[in-house]
Amino acid sequence: MTAPSTQRPSTSDRRTLPIRELVLFGGLALVVLAVFATMGPAYSTRMLVEASCYAILALGLTIQWGYAGQFNAGIMGFVALGGFSATFFSIPVNHAFWSSDLPGRLGWVLLAMVVVTAIVFAISRLDRIGVPKLLRTILAIVAGLIGYLVVISWLRSVTGDIESQVEFIGGLGLPVWLGWIVGGALAGGVGYFIGHICLGLRSDYLVIATLGIAEIIKAFLKNSDWLTRGTATISPLPWPVPDPGQVGFLTARSLYLSVTVVMIAVIFFLLHRAYHAPWGRMIRAIRDNEVSAAAMGKSINRRRQEIFVFGCILMGIGGAVLTSFNGLFDPQGYLPLNHTFLVLVMVILGGPGNNLGTLFGAVLVYVIWIMSGPMALAVMHAIVALGAHWFDWQPGNLDSRALQARVFVIGLLILLVLRFAPRGLIPEKVAHHH
Amino acid sequence: MNELIYFFNYVVVAGSVTGCIYAIGAVGVTLIYSILRFAHFAHADMMTLGTLAVLLLTLAFPHAGDPLGLPTAIVMLPVAMAFTSLVAVGIDRAFYQPLRSHGVKPIVMVIASLGVTLMLQGLIRLFAGTGSQNLYVDARKEIFRIDVPGVTRPIILTEPQIILFVITIVAVVGLHLFLTRARLGKAMRAMSDNPDLARASGINTKLIITLTWVIAGSLATIAGTLLSLDVAFKPDLSFFLLLPIFAAAIVGGVGHPYGAIAGGFLVGFAETLAVFNWSVLLRPLRDSLPTWLELPNNLALVGTEYKIVVPFFILVAVLIWRPTGIFKGKVI
Repeated sequence: MTAPSTQRPSTSDRRTLPIRELVLFGGLALVVLAVFATMGPAYSTRMLVEASCYAILALGLTIQWGYAGQFNAGIMGFVALGGFSATFFSIPVNHAFWSSDLPGRLGWVLLAMVVVTAIVFAISRLDRIGVPKLLRTILAIVAGLIGYLVVISWLRSVTGDIESQVEFIGGLGLPVWLGWIVGGALAGGVGYFIGHICLGLRSDYLVIATLGIAEIIKAFLKNSDWLTRGTATISPLPWPVPDPGQVGFLTARSLYLSVTVVMIAVIFFLLHRAYHAPWGRMIRAIRDNEVSAAAMGKSINRRRQEIFVFGCILMGIGGAVLTSFNGLFDPQGYLPLNHTFLVLVMVILGGPGNNLGTLFGAVLVYVIWIMSGPMALAVMHAIVALGAHWFDWQPGNLDSRALQARVFVIGLLILLVLRFAPRGLIPEKVAHHH
Repeated sequence: MNELIYFFNYVVVAGSVTGCIYAIGAVGVTLIYSILRFAHFAHADMMTLGTLAVLLLTLAFPHAGDPLGLPTAIVMLPVAMAFTSLVAVGIDRAFYQPLRSHGVKPIVMVIASLGVTLMLQGLIRLFAGTGSQNLYVDARKEIFRIDVPGVTRPIILTEPQIILFVITIVAVVGLHLFLTRARLGKAMRAMSDNPDLARASGINTKLIITLTWVIAGSLATIAGTLLSLDVAFKPDLSFFLLLPIFAAAIVGGVGHPYGAIAGGFLVGFAETLAVFNWSVLLRPLRDSLPTWLELPNNLALVGTEYKIVVPFFILVAVLIWRPTGIFKGKVI
């Protein structure tokens, strides 16, 4: 019984002072201060910047899951897409690539791709001029297959030449914020495609499709060495603010933090307005009772599509900001655990559908997550000491096993929250009109 | 002819192997779906868990299979099946049952199953490390080479592949007999058709749910073990199985066991055909082709690294054109 539910307390206590929020945020501030005191300001600022990037991702998920009841299990893919866009726009231009004949050849292949798509699309419309439908389908499939094989073999030869002659195509050398915006747009485009297919169907299908698309995006980015250098990774990535080399770690990270905080403030404000606007009411009406919302004449699938795309855009932007901050684009570094399930825990723990709760959950869970690495190691060493003492147990690669234990804890946390606090620590506030 | 044998070895045999695995997995997913009405994402990890149980048992008694002339892992399979079924029922009691009795939406159950996925993965990696291990402990995989007269290249089959085909046939026939002849099987189908009516007519729905988990856990163990016998045990096995299995279940029509078997083979063969390099088959024709048509060396539809695209593409195509699946599955 998470946010999209019908069981809500009917008594509305009208407290003027939000005690629960104040206590929780006060506690969170204490935790953050404790981290500052023990780990030093530079480390803690880095943690806060990363937590704020995750907060953008969590806000993206909270509007999909909390506002509209759609569950996206492929956040990782949208994060990776945003990260790629930020990288591609901001890294320096590769002059060796642009001065060769390769851009032209790549352009021709892309043009061929468009032409083939247009031809196949035209063939698929042949039934309008009287061609039997079966024949049309067969023709379209055959044309698509041949066109695909031709284009893909050209593409393979061009990309092979790019890799052997100039390593990869390089970037555009543009300001990084442009990459962030385009990253959001790219993620939104993919979200539109997925939503278009799945949103009219049962919600389970959306989960499967998003899981799949995330893995495909990752596989593409990992294996397209000509585009992303693949496993060789790209670094350093420029920052929109002076980087640590110029002003020192603490100042640079603080400046970056101020950028992300401003972004969150803007997103938060816009979401707050949208939530309380007629549009937000309509979204919640669809979530809580689809049939009656449809009976009121609301276009359910269009609204769902809108909110899914908005959520994906936020995830793309968040991923772009996060990747820029890390200064390293490594397609293999995007993991379902770190970039999908962690965000899920943030949202369901903080309070789906409540932006403030989501922010709280994001910072709290990220702090716990960061601190859990060393803690897991310590606990694991203790267990192994006991195990060696009692059963002569000698496991190898201890550190990686300790980190795997965190996977278990995240899973258990999801189940416990669903069971005992389905509405999160700061639940969504439901307006009651008497 | 050599090319045809090559095709047989790399497409027919490989496709059947993958198809069997996907089919057994998809049957489990579809059974859980039809009884409990949610997509159980932890199914692929139950496979890995079952395989881990087999691996640990095999490591403990490496020569248990020798008197029977079978690989030890196969002898240990029933024990591991019982263990995995117990775990599956336990997970249901601990995590799914309370949510069910709260009457949550199916999507919340899906999220809970993702939580279970993570827990199982964490446990598996905690005990098995992250590397891959061979299920043939202290033994060698037998490879049969069948010579075809007049051809230099033999047909190659391995011992685990033959065992896989036999066990798949036994499992499918057994499941069919159970669902159509046994009293409990009929009750199960009744519950999948209409749970309220089933309950009203005196069917013990709790027993049916437990039974579903037992069957799903056993099938998952079979599929995971047979796959690992053919290749090797990897903790991230589930990761490569999840999408194909769900694609297979949806292609066949969700909640439709026979459809899931067909879907499994469809997805398995589609994957194998898509990564097969077709230019091998065209090579004998090379000399008779016109000179302007140059045959590229690589005519595979997708590279092996993009194998995951194939089930996804099938999934998308089915969701667009026939969301109920080939065999007209359940509620959408």
